[in-house]
Amino acid sequence: MKTALKVNGRTRMVDAPGDKPLLWVLREELELSGPKFGCGQGLCGACTVLLDGQAVRSCSTPLSAVGKAAITTIEGVGASEVGQKVAAAWVDQDVPQCGYCQAGQIMSAVALLSANPRPGEAEIDAAMSGNLCRCGTYHRIRAAIRQAVTGQVAGSLNPGGDHAG
Amino acid sequence: MPAETDRRFVLKALLGAGGALVFDIELALGAAPTPAGEPAARLNAFVRLHPDNSVTITAKNPEIGQGIKTMLPMLIAEELDVAWEAVKIEQAVTDQALFAPQFAGGSMATPLNWLPMRQAGAAARAMILAAAAQEWSLPVAELSTLAGDVLHVGSARRAPYAAFAAGAVRQAVPAATALKLKDPADFTIIGKPTKGVDTPAIVTGKPLFGIDTRLSGMLHAALLTPPVRGAVLKSHDAAAALAWPGVRKVVALTRLGEADAPVDALAVVADSWWTASEARKALQVEWDAEGRDRHSDASFAAAAKAAHEGRPQAVVLAKGDAATALAGAARRLAATYTYPFVSHATLEPQNCTALFHAGKLEIWAPTQMPGGGQDLLAKTFGLAPADITVHITRSGGGFGRRLQNDYMVLAAAIAREVPGRPVKLLLDRQEDFKLDFFRAAGFHRFEAGLDAGGRLVALRDHLVTFGAKGKPGRGADLPANLVPADLVDHVDLGQTVLETNIPLGWLRAPGSNALAFASQGFLDEVAEAAGQTLPDLMLQLLGTGRLIPPPAGGRGPGFHTGRAAGVIREVLRLSGWSGARKGRGFGFYFSHNGYFAAVADVAKGEAGIRVERVWIGGDIGNTIINPLNAEQQIRGSVIEGMGHVLSGLKVPIEGGAIGVANFDSYPLPRIDAVPPIEIGMVRSDFPPTGLGEPAMPPAIAAIANAISSLTGQRVRSLPYAES
Repeated sequence: MKTALKVNGRTRMVDAPGDKPLLWVLREELELSGPKFGCGQGLCGACTVLLDGQAVRSCSTPLSAVGKAAITTIEGVGASEVGQKVAAAWVDQDVPQCGYCQAGQIMSAVALLSANPRPGEAEIDAAMSGNLCRCGTYHRIRAAIRQAVTGQVAGSLNPGGDHAG
Repeated sequence: MPAETDRRFVLKALLGAGGALVFDIELALGAAPTPAGEPAARLNAFVRLHPDNSVTITAKNPEIGQGIKTMLPMLIAEELDVAWEAVKIEQAVTDQALFAPQFAGGSMATPLNWLPMRQAGAAARAMILAAAAQEWSLPVAELSTLAGDVLHVGSARRAPYAAFAAGAVRQAVPAATALKLKDPADFTIIGKPTKGVDTPAIVTGKPLFGIDTRLSGMLHAALLTPPVRGAVLKSHDAAAALAWPGVRKVVALTRLGEADAPVDALAVVADSWWTASEARKALQVEWDAEGRDRHSDASFAAAAKAAHEGRPQAVVLAKGDAATALAGAARRLAATYTYPFVSHATLEPQNCTALFHAGKLEIWAPTQMPGGGQDLLAKTFGLAPADITVHITRSGGGFGRRLQNDYMVLAAAIAREVPGRPVKLLLDRQEDFKLDFFRAAGFHRFEAGLDAGGRLVALRDHLVTFGAKGKPGRGADLPANLVPADLVDHVDLGQTVLETNIPLGWLRAPGSNALAFASQGFLDEVAEAAGQTLPDLMLQLLGTGRLIPPPAGGRGPGFHTGRAAGVIREVLRLSGWSGARKGRGFGFYFSHNGYFAAVADVAKGEAGIRVERVWIGGDIGNTIINPLNAEQQIRGSVIEGMGHVLSGLKVPIEGGAIGVANFDSYPLPRIDAVPPIEIGMVRSDFPPTGLGEPAMPPAIAAIANAISSLTGQRVRSLPYAES
């Protein structure tokens, strides 16, 4: 099935079955390997991309369900101001350990801050709880999101200083 | 690719004075031949100097999230005396003759490489200085270096290293022992919070991981293995799967992988992994699970109960006279502690790309033990190790899973059927669980005897564990230096080994992650019986500071009671411990050369018990090489420990099959469960050791003991389940 997809601001033609998950269309047809395969059932969030700004699990989104929606992957995250802020905060806070989940974490954070520019702690946790980090970088994920919100580099180096309470 | 060389490294692990483990790696420090046309000067296997005065440093070990790709080059750059900003880092291919051991395991990278990596940097610097001395006709002693420049203070001369590159590669190679290393007071890189070298690539989605391997003409493979681990392929019909558009081949794999856990499987090879994965649904297959399907949690529990009623199969330690001491004790306690099989669940599923061409095999794999993989492939396929190239990709987590290289063998066996074409094998999540090498379940029967003064005088532990032919599997043994066996006068330690078809593997802080829960839980009961708190009991048992050598034939270094007491006092100070607070627990453990103590607060919330706060104190010697990463390793260890206690992590076994298939049945901790974690590190006058593992065991114990304190019901089985 020939389908036109709007990916990271460009229109790309793909020839793939309609039931093929968007994740595999991105990784295999479009050579965008940023979104990661973790569970195949929308349970871990490693495959998270944006569809018209909403975070979706691309591993369980069939190609046929994408329609005309604009797809943003980690490779295109720098095109928006929120995306730039989040990615920069992720570097400043040195969030990754193994890094495998981080593309999905960043996409979920961008979706959160696009919809809610000043989330509270509970809202951050709720929005990010669909993304597993097996290494446990959660403190720095919170710190990076707070930095993206406030524009201030929080003191991640003070082990007790972040996420008071 | 590093240049060909015939240099060899020598690794000696010796017991030094006082029982401290001493490592001595002699590296190949000589200038390597620079390939024609390459503008860089290769000063040794680790250092390349470029005309613009930037430096490429080779990171030899596999990066699995422990930060080694940043940390080892920091050691080299420090002694090379260059600015960290001028350093580019390149991942090494597997070549242990050139680079010395390349593995990620046992928290060994720091103790093994602390000296040799600095020597590699210092040797390159010495060669640059010697070249500069010749060029300027000055005594080398009058020259110094600063951030990649050579300086002569007397004549105010200053020139970049690159100006001496050509001369440097012609210098005599300095002997490692003759190199003068920096005074730690002069460190500019070691000890500085340093960001991960791959962080920018990760946040922009660059291909880094094994799963991202993309080669021209590459095919994709998906695997179907039997529900019962180790079952034999009886018959299959692949016709329907082969009829799927895009499917190239179905390969039957028999008895492949690690020797103790051979795998039968069907592999579908297709143009796309999605196609291969879907076409598995059309496979007709019959497995023979005979003999393997009799294993279940119920059968294990019954066998353990029966074993606990008798003597252990094997004595691990018989010290003093525990039987008499127990018989004469003023007070006796007994309790059974159990824990389940646990899976690694790396977020990047196991995968490997393999290419057979002209009698040679090329592998791209996320692996913790690339040399082990090379050896296993050589043995399996009858190839010379020199004909096997193993490229080390970044790993999406390891936790010990990738110390086994079964997936390399499976990928290579598939690739052999399509010679000349690379094939990427990727396990889906369910297959990744099915093919894991699990942390062993265990059943401890403890007994303790207290004298009239409440002092612990006798301790017994009979561990019913798993393995084969009476030998415990990986990480499943009861060590003779179980904390606190060294500190009690009369001790009986013994074990009984149950057979199982479930393969066992090393999981982060192997052994210790389970032993800490059981032994520190039971000691908490002992302390309570004696009217004490656990940290008071531990400090009393530890006594005066001294080094206790490892038991005869035992593994690991000695145990320093003073360092143990130091971290206990630090965590008590940090947490404001008073001993009276309900819902607060303590745990101490010593593993992988690291001393760690934890305090946890738990409380009952709307969704059950949750961890409110954790404090952790540690001692890994005199230097924290990269504090930014150290914090991550410790927090990650604590969070993983929370998963063992509270998230419900457990792999049930029924009819020889595992009872988890994905993250819904294997609920790893998520962000909303994570509390503040405060860290206090104690510096002691010992060389630095690793941080990937030792913080986890005491965190597990502290959280379990905190739940016991909160509920008044002793947590004797993991994972915790509210009754």
